[in-house]
Amino acid sequence: MLSEVEGQPSIIKVTHWFGAAMLVGLALSGLQIDVAYPHLGPRGQTYWWWPQHGWIAPENLRIGGWLGGARAWHFALMWPLCVCGLVYFVYLSRSGRWRRLVFISRDDVVDAVSTLKTYVSFKTPPHAPHGYNGLQKAAYSTALFMIIVEVLSGLAMWKPVQLWWIAMLFGGYEGARAVHLILLLLLTSFVVAHVLMVSIHPKSLLAMTVALNKSRPISTKNTQPITEQNHAE
Amino acid sequence: MRNNDRQGGDRLHRRTLLMGLGSVALGSSACDRKHPHDGVFGITERLNQSVQRGLFSPGRVAREEPVEAVSPKGAFPSYFHADELPIAPEGWVLRIGGMVKRPLELTLDDLMKLTRTDMRVRHYCVEGWSAVASWHGVKLRDLAQLVGADENAKCVEFRSFDDGYYSSWDRESADHPQTLVAYAMNGERLTAEHGAPARLYGSVKLGYKGVKYLLEILYTPEPSGGFWENLGYEWYAGVLPSLRC
Repeated sequence: MLSEVEGQPSIIKVTHWFGAAMLVGLALSGLQIDVAYPHLGPRGQTYWWWPQHGWIAPENLRIGGWLGGARAWHFALMWPLCVCGLVYFVYLSRSGRWRRLVFISRDDVVDAVSTLKTYVSFKTPPHAPHGYNGLQKAAYSTALFMIIVEVLSGLAMWKPVQLWWIAMLFGGYEGARAVHLILLLLLTSFVVAHVLMVSIHPKSLLAMTVALNKSRPISTKNTQPITEQNHAE
Repeated sequence: MRNNDRQGGDRLHRRTLLMGLGSVALGSSACDRKHPHDGVFGITERLNQSVQRGLFSPGRVAREEPVEAVSPKGAFPSYFHADELPIAPEGWVLRIGGMVKRPLELTLDDLMKLTRTDMRVRHYCVEGWSAVASWHGVKLRDLAQLVGADENAKCVEFRSFDDGYYSSWDRESADHPQTLVAYAMNGERLTAEHGAPARLYGSVKLGYKGVKYLLEILYTPEPSGGFWENLGYEWYAGVLPSLRC
């Protein structure tokens, strides 16, 4: 099976797994930081719409031991994640690979809906001719967007006075803090769905790990041989 | 739901402290309490400080908050370290010394005769909450001028009568126009809960750097840590970045 799978380029593999590790560390230390004030909204004016005031994550989902330790973790991991993200996005734009990934056209929407219907009726959709189907594009684009906003809202909280112009995007420090936590929950649900999908399509795990990258994926044309391979299965 | 009473806040801090001590017992190097600023986290703390240096501009001030943003009465938390509410000793004076030409002792009346600055800014706690109050007091840099603080004093230490609680700041942040020795809050004299008779208040630092129950201000050549800093919080702790000592 392995030889039939077209692997992802090494740079994608490395940034995927490195970024994932950083995100896990940031999430776990973030949950520990949240324990110190498990509310959203300023003191005395907490947000009425937030249903989870007082909720704290179970202890085995937290790292750092206490607030000071968790902050040390969080502020240590944030820069490697940013570097990893920069490498990834530069590669994505330079290689033209973003075209396979970005959820943008009407076709993508139509394809996403039909793919979703297939999954809901407990069937496996056919392999997409150009790499990713509409549903994948929607999911990956949303996840990447959420990670970017997560980083921005984090920066706004880190230096709310100096980086006020970022904080303003979120309605100030408290807004940024709310976005930061809510996106963590949404990203977690993405990860759950992602892992579920990988378990349905185990070849994608090979592509992201041991399978070699044979083509030079500069444009969508280059994915043609892969499709033929898939038809031959 | 809101944890806004004094006892509640105090309990919270005690619990975080206990958790911290718990992780010492586990011997985890990530939370090495004896050397919390060494190792990988020491490197990243220094990296973060150099990023902050890049962002620094001494003239930039925190935005004034609108009146409506002021936290409701009683909602502004008031932490202190001692077991009981610290009360100023009889005959309290604020001592200013260290690397200065004219060491000084100021009574509360002396302080209140000096030029007053008022500001209404957002307070950021390391725990993640924010709150807003108006603060009234004397710019620390005016006091520095008054005592003739040495230019080579790159840091300032603040001591209190709150069971040894203290902190130290970089000089740039101490000289920032929004760093006050405050004696009033929201138009009224400071209460004992909020650090009477005088406290340090700055828009440029996280809450734990704002030493309440001030006793002594010392101009020093080097950073000298602080209560929470020695336990592992960042020494720098800037809301607005400035230079590291």
